[in-house]
Amino acid sequence: MPTTFDLTITVNGTRYERSVEPRTLLSDFLRHNLGLTGTHVGCEHGVCGACSVLMDGQPVRSCLMFAVQAHGHEITTVEGLGTRDELHPIQQAFQEAHGLQCGFCTPGILTTVKAFLEQNPNPSEEEIREALSGNLCRCTGYQHIIEAVELAAEKMRG
Amino acid sequence: MDRKLIGKRVVRNEDPRLLTGHAQFVDDVHLPGMLHAAFLRSEYAHARLLKVDVSKARQHPGVVAVFTAEDMGKDWFPGPPLVSPPPTVKDVVFHSRRQVPLAKDKIRHAGEAIAVVIAESRYIAEDAVEEIEVEYEPLPVVLDLEQALQPDSPLVHDDLESNLAARLSQKKGDYEAARRQADVIVKRRIVIERGAAAAMENRGIVAHWDAQSEHLTIWDTTQAPIPIRNGTAARLGLSEHQVRVIAPFIGGGFGPKIMMFYPEEMVIPWAAKQLNRPVKWIEDRRENFYATTQERGQIHDVEMALSRDGRVLGLKDDFLHDTGAYDPYGLTIPLNTQSHNMGGYDIRNYSSEFKVVFTNRIIATPVRGAGRPHGIFVIERMMDAAARELGMDPIELRKRNLIPPDAFPYEHQIIDQAFAPLILDSGNYKAVVDKALEIIGYEKFIKEEQPRLRREGKYVGIGVVPFIETTGVGPYEGARVTVEASGKVNVTTGIGTQGQGHFTSFAQIVAEQLGVKVSDVRIVTGDTSEFHWGTGTFASRGAVVAGSAVHAAAKSVRQKVLKLASKVLEAPEEELELEDGAVRVADIPQKSISLGELAVLANPLRGAVEPGTEPGLESTSYYGPQYGATAFGTHAMILEVDPQTMMIKIRRYVVAEDCGTVLNPLILEGQIHGGVSMGLGNAYYEKLHVDENGQLLNASFADYLLVSSTEMPRIEVAHLETPSPLNELGAKGVGEAGAIPVPALFAQALENAFYDRKLEVLEMPLSPNRLFELLREAQENEKSV
Ligand code: FES
Ligand code: FES
Repeated sequence: MPTTFDLTITVNGTRYERSVEPRTLLSDFLRHNLGLTGTHVGCEHGVCGACSVLMDGQPVRSCLMFAVQAHGHEITTVEGLGTRDELHPIQQAFQEAHGLQCGFCTPGILTTVKAFLEQNPNPSEEEIREALSGNLCRCTGYQHIIEAVELAAEKMRG
Repeated sequence: MDRKLIGKRVVRNEDPRLLTGHAQFVDDVHLPGMLHAAFLRSEYAHARLLKVDVSKARQHPGVVAVFTAEDMGKDWFPGPPLVSPPPTVKDVVFHSRRQVPLAKDKIRHAGEAIAVVIAESRYIAEDAVEEIEVEYEPLPVVLDLEQALQPDSPLVHDDLESNLAARLSQKKGDYEAARRQADVIVKRRIVIERGAAAAMENRGIVAHWDAQSEHLTIWDTTQAPIPIRNGTAARLGLSEHQVRVIAPFIGGGFGPKIMMFYPEEMVIPWAAKQLNRPVKWIEDRRENFYATTQERGQIHDVEMALSRDGRVLGLKDDFLHDTGAYDPYGLTIPLNTQSHNMGGYDIRNYSSEFKVVFTNRIIATPVRGAGRPHGIFVIERMMDAAARELGMDPIELRKRNLIPPDAFPYEHQIIDQAFAPLILDSGNYKAVVDKALEIIGYEKFIKEEQPRLRREGKYVGIGVVPFIETTGVGPYEGARVTVEASGKVNVTTGIGTQGQGHFTSFAQIVAEQLGVKVSDVRIVTGDTSEFHWGTGTFASRGAVVAGSAVHAAAKSVRQKVLKLASKVLEAPEEELELEDGAVRVADIPQKSISLGELAVLANPLRGAVEPGTEPGLESTSYYGPQYGATAFGTHAMILEVDPQTMMIKIRRYVVAEDCGTVLNPLILEGQIHGGVSMGLGNAYYEKLHVDENGQLLNASFADYLLVSSTEMPRIEVAHLETPSPLNELGAKGVGEAGAIPVPALFAQALENAFYDRKLEVLEMPLSPNRLFELLREAQENEKSV
């Protein structure tokens, strides 16, 4: 049998202890071991950004990491933003500006945007486009996503 | 008609689920005891399969089963034809050769599935795939469409005489006569290559056979759950009622997810039944490049006959269409090309023959646009070539030939992809073109800005391209609308949904009729246990065809509501109004009853009802158009090219469109933006590079470039509305429109940017490298002249 590794990880504020094979990807661990299927996998080679989550507040591609590399760290996934009844301002903005169609790329975009707006609360359109350039979306042509980010920034500045 | 909800920018009902990560996609399905599948795929594009040895893989710890074609025994047979050839056309040739569950004897494209490993985890299944040993005898590969038809070409299907899969010609008027009258004949060869649909979600399927209830449940990333249910039942010898297919949230479709049956759709349910355990297969991105259908390979030889004053007298277009290794999708794509070859122009004489060619590539089936971008590329490139030849302004030439508003319905006298007569139902084409010209400021750009920019050393060009999109084709869709005891409304329909906002646009249609909140209308799509009549989401038909069925069902429920309320409230139906989830007497607001209470009264638990009474406030309706509704639009753009690096910057992008009644402008604009982004990919970024052995050289998102946020321009959209007379909503489809004119537009703007360099673009997709080469060729040609 393959060896396993005892992993301690905090996801969306909950601490988990799990034993995993060292080769388990962080994306698979979140989705299949913890059942947090909001994080999506579009390419598994680090380009599309659908699998983006925050590790200690910074965006990372969970398909390019092994779960064991997140040992001792704090992860935030899309499930850690708002709830259906109480959406996070970024989520609200995406609904209002129609920043999603199929919604497959959306979780990775929301986490990326969260970290981005924390660093840059008042971004220009140029800066938003730059910040999103590592997240592919096949449905929207990005325009409504960009408008959603502008709206979210406005909401969060209050 | 005064509409309260239709046409409003209503935010989407489905978003909270998607935004919080709670929406279920196929890969999110998790069942106890579930196994995972991985496929062994051919390394060769064309080979004899001499031996497949799976003995080592079967021994691998954690592997439950390995299946090859042999192991499937009598259950091994090809998939059904999805679309048969048109019965009404004379002399049509069609050789139906369909994909098989697992390859036997022969490999016909790289990535064709040979064996499947089913194991306790995907990781183990992939490990064991590596342990399968295959002996191949490589064969010469068929890739080039013209060579494929040469008598000495190797054959993709050995039992056929050649690689000709189909041939069909259509004629309108008399092209030869038009040619004799013409002052000018313009001839060109136009080449269009393949791209990938590249939905962000790859394909996937989960199958669960419950031996106790003898019931099979399948979750599938399909655009057509009902045909998958019926076909699976037939394959496995089950009743259709023993099979339930669920297409949950789908991460983008764009065409390839309407293809059926993929080999995996034949293998996974069969394996789950054999093993009596749930089996999941999720495609990875590399597999998606090799095993999911693609589109757009065609070569056209075109001729246009014109009079000196710029009337197009006739058009002739003979073309080759690449169907790949099999042709389950029949003639849909090339028929669409033929239907769009004349664009929105009044062309009286037309002749077109296409030949469909088998090659050693993955099957071609519709991808957003589905043959339409080719047709538009061809006619619009010819218009530009003709304008140069005649020394006429290209826009003026187009305007002279547009179908005038009083000519509708305009009969083209050929058949479309649905084998229905190609009739353009309605439109005001010139108004749409003018709108685009006005917004982009065509005159001013040509007269003032372009010369000024050129003096500054900038290469900036303008393009304006009108186009039609046939949409909303048959056969039919259905819907059931039910008012529940809670007063909320449930709607079920058979089509699948992949992000088009049907949960909201259909809810708007129902809310409009029943006077409830849009958020109180729950839409269920894509679950055959909820609704089992219908075909699927394709040809930009969801809003038109299913939307019209929803509309009809909602109207019929409204009648039932009024009838019952009239009795209860003792008031004539004409005096009743439906508002805020209740029925009330117009001038006496306190005399009212809620829809929920009415629903309870309509479904009593005791007592007698009148004979012939149907219970509940529920109705099921169907809608099937005689022929499709045709949308029209015009795109315009201003494009700057860096003459050193050939990198481009789009300065303006304008879309003027007329897709009939707009259900929800927010959703509509989103569809257009997305279409344009795919079109830009088809124009300048997305090319599948295949080597001489049929191997794809760029099967990853690192190498196959999708348009990202930094390349996309901001798009300005203007709506004009000419309602379709074909359905009560007046709707025409729009799902594919955004993508259709973009390559033609891009080519025109490039030529315009280099107006003094005799650049001519007769191929798609381009790339910075290719543009550089074309400019160099243009320069050399000029020197040699
Ligand atoms: S799935 Fe991780 S970047 Fe695409
Ligand atoms: S919304 Fe579908 S991929 Fe972005």
